[in-house]
Amino acid sequence: MIWRKFVNAFMLSLTGLCTLVTVSVLFFVLGYLVFHGWRSLNWEFFTQLPKPVGETGGGMANAIVGTGKLLLLTIVIGVPIGFIGGVYLSEFGGKVFPFVIRYMTDLLNGVPSIVVGIFAFALVVMRTKQFSTLAGGIALSVMVIPITVRSTEQFLRAVPQSLREGALALGASKWKSIVTVVIPAGMRGILTGTILGVARVAGETAPLLFTAFSNRYWSPGFNQPTASLPVMVYTYAISPYEDWHRQAWAAGLVLLSMMLVANIAARLILSPKGAQNA
Amino acid sequence: MASSVITAEISGRGTRAREFARKLRGGDAIAHTIAWTFATSIVVMTVLLVMELFQQSALSRGKFGWSFFFTRVWDPVAGEFGALPFIYGTLVTSGLCLAMAVPLGLGAAIFLSEMAPPRISDALTFVIELLAAVPSVIYGLLGVFVLVPIMRDVVEPALTDTLGFLPLFAGPGYGVGVLTANVVLAVMILPFIVSISREALLAVPRDQQEASLAVGATRWETTAKVVVPYARLGIIGSLFLGLARALGETMAVTMVIGNDPKINASLLAPGYSIAAVIANEFTEATADLHLSALVELGLVLFLMTILINGAARVLILATTRKGSAHP
Repeated sequence: MIWRKFVNAFMLSLTGLCTLVTVSVLFFVLGYLVFHGWRSLNWEFFTQLPKPVGETGGGMANAIVGTGKLLLLTIVIGVPIGFIGGVYLSEFGGKVFPFVIRYMTDLLNGVPSIVVGIFAFALVVMRTKQFSTLAGGIALSVMVIPITVRSTEQFLRAVPQSLREGALALGASKWKSIVTVVIPAGMRGILTGTILGVARVAGETAPLLFTAFSNRYWSPGFNQPTASLPVMVYTYAISPYEDWHRQAWAAGLVLLSMMLVANIAARLILSPKGAQNA
Repeated sequence: MASSVITAEISGRGTRAREFARKLRGGDAIAHTIAWTFATSIVVMTVLLVMELFQQSALSRGKFGWSFFFTRVWDPVAGEFGALPFIYGTLVTSGLCLAMAVPLGLGAAIFLSEMAPPRISDALTFVIELLAAVPSVIYGLLGVFVLVPIMRDVVEPALTDTLGFLPLFAGPGYGVGVLTANVVLAVMILPFIVSISREALLAVPRDQQEASLAVGATRWETTAKVVVPYARLGIIGSLFLGLARALGETMAVTMVIGNDPKINASLLAPGYSIAAVIANEFTEATADLHLSALVELGLVLFLMTILINGAARVLILATTRKGSAHP
C-alpha cells in the first residue's frame, strides 16, 4: 500500500512537472524575444526603409505596411467568403451539399501552408507573371477561409432556435431574421473567431515566400512584390549580418506582440468560455 | 411577406414564375443564392487547389513515374530529381518529434484535466494554447539563435560521448540537424496535443472515475487504468493532428534542419524536409522540370497530411460520440 501511495504521488507530481515545462516554454519564448528585441526596437525601426547591405541602422517600415496591406486583402477577400459560407452552413443548406462543403473546408484547413503558397503561385503569379501583394493576399485568404467558416457556423448554431422563430413569427422573412436577429446574436463569437483567424495568418511566412516575395523598397499598389514582417524575420535571421539579426529579433517581437494582443483581445470579447480552436 | 402572398393570390394563376417572383420580393431566394454561391466557391477553390497541384506536377510525374519516390539524387543542374531524402527527412523529423511531445503533452493534459482546479486548469490551458498562436518563423528564430548553440555546445557533445557508439548518435554535431528540428517541432505541436487530449480526458464520465476510486484504486491508478484508456481514441486523434502539423511545418524546420539532401543514420547530421526544399528552391527554380518536381513534392505533402488529418478527425469524432452515447 505504501508502494502504491508512493507511485501515486510520484506520477502525479510528474504530470505537474510536465505542465510546468510546457507552460514555461511560452515564458521562454516571450522572455527571449523581449530581451533581444526590446534593445533593437526604436523609432527608426518603424519609420525607415531597410538600409543597403553593410550599413547599420534602417528599419522595416515597408514590411509593416506590407503586412498591413496583405491583411487588408485577407479581410476583404477571405473573411467575407468564409463568413457567408458559414452562414450558409448554419442557416440554409440541405442534406448532402453542406456535408460536401464541410468536408472541403476541413480539407482546406489541413493543407500545409507551403502548399497553399504553391497554389497561389500557380493561380496568380504564373498568370500575371509577377510576384505581387495580390498573390500574397490570396494565399492568406485561402488560409483564413476555413477558420472563418468554422467559427461562423459554430457560433451561429449556438444562437437559440427560439430567436429565429420569434423573428419569423413577427413576419420577418428568413433573410431579414438572419441579418437582424441571428447574426447580431452570434456576432461576438464570430468576431472572436475572425480576429484569431486573421492573427494566425498574419504570422504565416511560408505562403508568402513565393507569392508576395520580398522587397527592400516601398511597394506601390497591389501588383508589385512586397516585404512583410514574417518574411523579413526569416531572411534576416538566416543572413550572415549581425545588424540584421538584431532587426530580426525586433521584427519578431513586433509580430509576437500583435499575436498576443489579438489573442487576449479575442479572449476578452468572448468572456470566459469558448475559443478552444485558437 | 403577407402582402406579397395576397398579391400572388389575387393575380390568380399561381404559376411557377409568379411563385419565383414572390420569393424574390421577399429576398429569401436572393439571400439563399448569394450564400450558396459563396459556399460553392469554397468547394471550387479546394478542387482547383488539387487540380493545380496535379497539373503543375504533370511534367515531373510523367518523366519519373514511381521512381521519383525511390531515388535519392536531387540535382537540379543535371535535371535529376528523386524525392527519397526529403520524404525520409519529413517522416523522421515528424515521427520522432512525437516521441518527445507525446509523453510531455499527455502528462500535462492529465494534470490539467484530473488534478488542477478548474480555474487554474483553464488559465494554464489558455497559456498553452497561446503557444499554438506563436508564428512558426518565431520558433525558427529562437531555434537558430538559442537552440542551435545549446545543441552544438552542450547536448550533442554529451550525446556523442555517452551514446556515440550507436550510429543514431554518431557525431560530430553541428547544431543544425534532424535532432534540433525534432526539438523545435515537438515544442510546436505540444499545445495541440495538450489541448485536445485534455478535452478527451474531460469528456470521460465522472462515474467511471468514482467507481474506480470506490474500489480502492489510487488517483494515479484510476487515471492510468480507467480514464486514459477510456479517452484513448481522442488522445490518439490529438497525436495524429500533431503529426499532420509537424509534416507540413515549413519555416522552423527550414531554419534549423541544415538543408542537406542526404540520408544519414545519425540524428545529429543535417537533413532536409519536403516543406523546406520547396521553401528554399521554389523561387530559384528556373527549369520547368525543377519547378514541376517541387510541385510534385507539394502534392506528396498534401496527400500525406490529408490522410493523417482524416484519420485524426475520425478518431476524435469517435470519442466524443462514444462519450455521449454510452454514459
